[in-house]
Amino acid sequence: MGRSCVYKLKAMTALGGTKPRVDVFAGVKISENPDRALVSVSARQGHETVCRERARAFLGVDLPAPARAASSEGFGVLWIGPDAWMVEADHTRHELLASEIKTAVADAGSVVEQTDGWCRFEVEGSKVCDLFERLCNVDVQAMLGDAVVRTSIHHVGCYLWCREAGAAFTVMGPRSSAASLHHALIESAGVVSLD
Amino acid sequence: MKQVNRLSGGLVDRDQVLGFTFDGKRYEGHGGDTLASALLANGVRLMGRSFKYHRPRGVMTAGSEEPDALVELRSGGRQEPNTRATVAELFDGMQARSQNRWPSLRHDMMAVNDRLSNFLTAGFYYKTFMWPKAFWEKLYEPTIRHAAGLGRVSGEDDPDVYDKGFLHCDLLIIGAGPAGLSAALTAGRAGARVILADEDFAFGGRLNAEMFEVGGEAGSDWAKAAVAELASMGNVRLMARTTVVGAFDHGVYGAVERVADHVAAPVEGQPRQVFWRITSKRALLCAGATERPIAFANNDRPGIMMASAVRSFANRWAVAAHETVAVFTNNDDGHRTAADLIAKGVRVTAVIDTRADAPAVEGAELFAGAQVIDSRGRLGLESVRIRTAQGFTRDIVCGALAVSGGWNPNVHLTCHQRGRPQWDETLAAFVPGPDLPVGMLVAGAASGVLSTEGALRTGAEGAVAVLADLGIAATAAVPQAEDAPVDLTPFWHVSESKGRAWIDMQNDVTVKDIKLAHQENFVSVEHLKRYTTLGMATDQGKTSNMGGLAVMAELTGKSIPETGTTMFRPPYTPVSFGALAGRAVGKHFHPVRETPSHNWATERGAVFVEVGDWLRAQWFPQPGETHWRQSVDREVLATRRSVGVCDVTTLGKIDVQGADAAEFLNKVYANAFAKLPVGKVRYGLMLREDGIAYDDGTAARFAEDHFVVTTTTANAVLVYRQMEFARQCLWPDLDVQLISTTEAWAQYAVAGPNSRKLLEKIVDPRFDISNEAFPFMACGEVTICGGLRARLFRISFSGELAYEIAVPTRYGDAMIRALMDEGEAFDVVPYGTEALGVMRIEKGHAAGNELNGTTTALNLGMGRMVSKKKDCIGNTLSERAGLNMADALKLVGVKPVDATQAVKAGGHLMAKEGPVDAAHDQGYVTSAAYSPILESSIGLALLKNGAARLGEVMRIANPLEGDDVEVEIVSAHFVDPDGEKLRV
Repeated sequence: MGRSCVYKLKAMTALGGTKPRVDVFAGVKISENPDRALVSVSARQGHETVCRERARAFLGVDLPAPARAASSEGFGVLWIGPDAWMVEADHTRHELLASEIKTAVADAGSVVEQTDGWCRFEVEGSKVCDLFERLCNVDVQAMLGDAVVRTSIHHVGCYLWCREAGAAFTVMGPRSSAASLHHALIESAGVVSLD
Repeated sequence: MKQVNRLSGGLVDRDQVLGFTFDGKRYEGHGGDTLASALLANGVRLMGRSFKYHRPRGVMTAGSEEPDALVELRSGGRQEPNTRATVAELFDGMQARSQNRWPSLRHDMMAVNDRLSNFLTAGFYYKTFMWPKAFWEKLYEPTIRHAAGLGRVSGEDDPDVYDKGFLHCDLLIIGAGPAGLSAALTAGRAGARVILADEDFAFGGRLNAEMFEVGGEAGSDWAKAAVAELASMGNVRLMARTTVVGAFDHGVYGAVERVADHVAAPVEGQPRQVFWRITSKRALLCAGATERPIAFANNDRPGIMMASAVRSFANRWAVAAHETVAVFTNNDDGHRTAADLIAKGVRVTAVIDTRADAPAVEGAELFAGAQVIDSRGRLGLESVRIRTAQGFTRDIVCGALAVSGGWNPNVHLTCHQRGRPQWDETLAAFVPGPDLPVGMLVAGAASGVLSTEGALRTGAEGAVAVLADLGIAATAAVPQAEDAPVDLTPFWHVSESKGRAWIDMQNDVTVKDIKLAHQENFVSVEHLKRYTTLGMATDQGKTSNMGGLAVMAELTGKSIPETGTTMFRPPYTPVSFGALAGRAVGKHFHPVRETPSHNWATERGAVFVEVGDWLRAQWFPQPGETHWRQSVDREVLATRRSVGVCDVTTLGKIDVQGADAAEFLNKVYANAFAKLPVGKVRYGLMLREDGIAYDDGTAARFAEDHFVVTTTTANAVLVYRQMEFARQCLWPDLDVQLISTTEAWAQYAVAGPNSRKLLEKIVDPRFDISNEAFPFMACGEVTICGGLRARLFRISFSGELAYEIAVPTRYGDAMIRALMDEGEAFDVVPYGTEALGVMRIEKGHAAGNELNGTTTALNLGMGRMVSKKKDCIGNTLSERAGLNMADALKLVGVKPVDATQAVKAGGHLMAKEGPVDAAHDQGYVTSAAYSPILESSIGLALLKNGAARLGEVMRIANPLEGDDVEVEIVSAHFVDPDGEKLRV
């Protein structure tokens, strides 16, 4: 994962492994994903338009509206608050994503490195909606692609990002609770796989 | 015994033969049976004993309203008491036992209570067990609890898992009888997202229990076809075995799905029950109605049942309640029971109708204008005595009596948000009032429309109406069905009855008890309920409330609506704790937060402590250490002697950026931050608006417009929330952006005289961290281990030369291992929160024990930090006179005069000589520890005018534990009071 080999230090995934974990159930596959860099961008007061324009120029996509995500080649962006977004990119190619984006938006935005603040699971399969019905108070059946909500899963605050309606979601939760979040995911996956 | 009462027909699956036991005796039933129907089929009428008097009881109803036929199912961890036999779906191998009897159901010794009933009236406990007071807890209550009550739990852990979930829909339909099915078809065909939930395992409601036709076919066949059509719709979710138990705010309903109650044990991994939170845009309540009894003397004998239940058992389950049945009614519904039974060949010995103009009955003797005044039969009904219209008495032989006193619409869920039902004179019943939960409509019998055609019609029309609100066009299509009017003359209880006439079967409340409550002035319905226990327990008075109200109304001379009802609250039927807990049990009760060094610490045998959700290493035992103090003392000494490392990732980290970031921090901290140079850290104290200190930490300035604030572990969320509030609401014009980065960085405290030497081996050489280049309270971005980005802070909680180093969390595990490897040359030790605590007490640093919600900066010895030159949260109110008295509490150190004695937190400071009482309280010990450096117990304390009392000898009194220790008041800074170690 990542460029860990360039340091003397070895990176660990949020679940404490050296390789991301994958769990497969009938109708649901859950994959730990440590390979996305994350950076938050907040527009400075009075510079909202400039921040958006500069971000779009760098990312190649408009910063999305509330509860939405948008993607370009190489970047994904999700709305996380008023005039605030989270940008994601491949970790190997963008380990210094924060400084790249700060350079792009300059004084028009506040940029914060968030990569290791989050654990991330890609959840896909025909029973993915059944799974999330048991985990969070979100109308997952009605979510379209690139819809994003902030929700609570097993009392852990998470982002739930619909990648493909009814078929694929990304869950991002606080890294320290990765084990609890993963436990909740696989327990419920086990249940829905019985149906 | 071979199902002696099994009739032909019905909806049971005769091909499926299910064996079960009741009180150890083997029986057989069929698929589709409930335990109650199977027992009746086998001629078993006696199913339980009553709560208080241990009276023999049988099944009274055929649904979830059952008050009497309560049994224990299963055994061991799955033992489940108070299960209603009427809703327990029969499965092969079911083990059921009667409860609340000894030694057996037929011969229950506690039935002696029945003989003493004259003494055990309402309020008996309150009047009798008043003295001696001390006996209540140890004698009276345990004895009463033993004698009264229902079933018992095994005390073993439940081996099953339970779950919860969240559903969303346009329309939630509660109840799948004719109204619910009709509504679901209407809404489903219109394309709405529909959830149809019913507590029964078979959809259809009374369509499965009546002989009526719908649209030219049997009602049950119509229901079956409707369910098949609904099941084929992708927009309709059918939820059988699902009871909607509560109506909450914003269209949210709670529902319990019994996934595996109908099998001996769930499939491995399958939850037994699921508690669903259903968010609906609209809800249609089609919960039907509950038939009510008529009270008369000894109306509780096994065999005396609701007429609709007798009909249900006959029509749906093909079971005769007994070979001879009589009917007692005040309305036409009782006649239906008689007609259906006669059609099935059951002998109906009489129809006793309180109405003088009762319609004729074909095939049974009718007693119009008559009343049942008593019954006979010790363990089961043998006959009833009636008073005819002419005034004669006559005994009617019957093994079952089907009683109908009319119907009560199931309005419960309409009242869960404090709506009140309203009285309907025609039905002599309460119907839903105007104050329904937002988004709810009621249809069918629940709305007081009691005919099948009416239910089908109002269900469909209700769906059309609520969907129109949502902009969904739907069309009502109603099949032809029975549409008989309600013909009922209200009749609640037989007044001439000499014996006890039972109103509430489950709580053994009689008409006489209600009269006594009235006599003793408990006339309000709420008082009546609590004094007599009418309407309490598992059935919540579904068959008894109206009877009780009617009797009270009669006694007070008021009408029933004037008398009013008690408040219906969730849950509609009992909910298991397992369903409420879901998966949040055992170690998964709450989520866990693991620090980046968690796996490494586990390998090292660390003992962990929960700090909120965090698991932090408390200490790291070494071989040979048998007591925690040995480990902690060693960690403290090694750190102070050379170097120690502690994972401090749990401290909150808030990234603060923006052109006005410094001004913002100046406002949220009590002390000044505007002029903090870039590359420096400052200790900061935060006050509440009332001037009380609530958190402390540091702010590091990485750029003119960029700070990183650290908070205590406990207050990380609170501080972030307060800062967001300040940003958004107090100073919205400031250009400030906040975001938590607590999780993004693994942060380690490296403390001790050799800490710099150790870090020099980690930090890349191009960064000079010498004392001159990187002095006390410096901070900066560095790289380590060949280029990895990191943050370095020269701050100290221990009082030693110390740093905190932060790396991206994914490298946190590797970082602690690197620090241990590189530190080997310095005998580095990891230290846990206990050693951390000892060292901060030695240094005199305040922590959570001192920031306890009552202390000010002045109390903590930091009064001068509160800037008078700027506006900040809490500084004005911190100047209140009461917080600034001359003898205000001040933080001091305490040390026992006799070093062998221990100081304990919580003890109160008293004058050395003099009384030990609250009036002479001088202060209290907030924190205490054994200091291995000082080889003495020490403590921090808040003492009145403490700063001026150093050297004074006082005593710490702890009357709760009997401690009384002489201590000397000393400086809170036991170690390095001048801070020289920090700056070398």
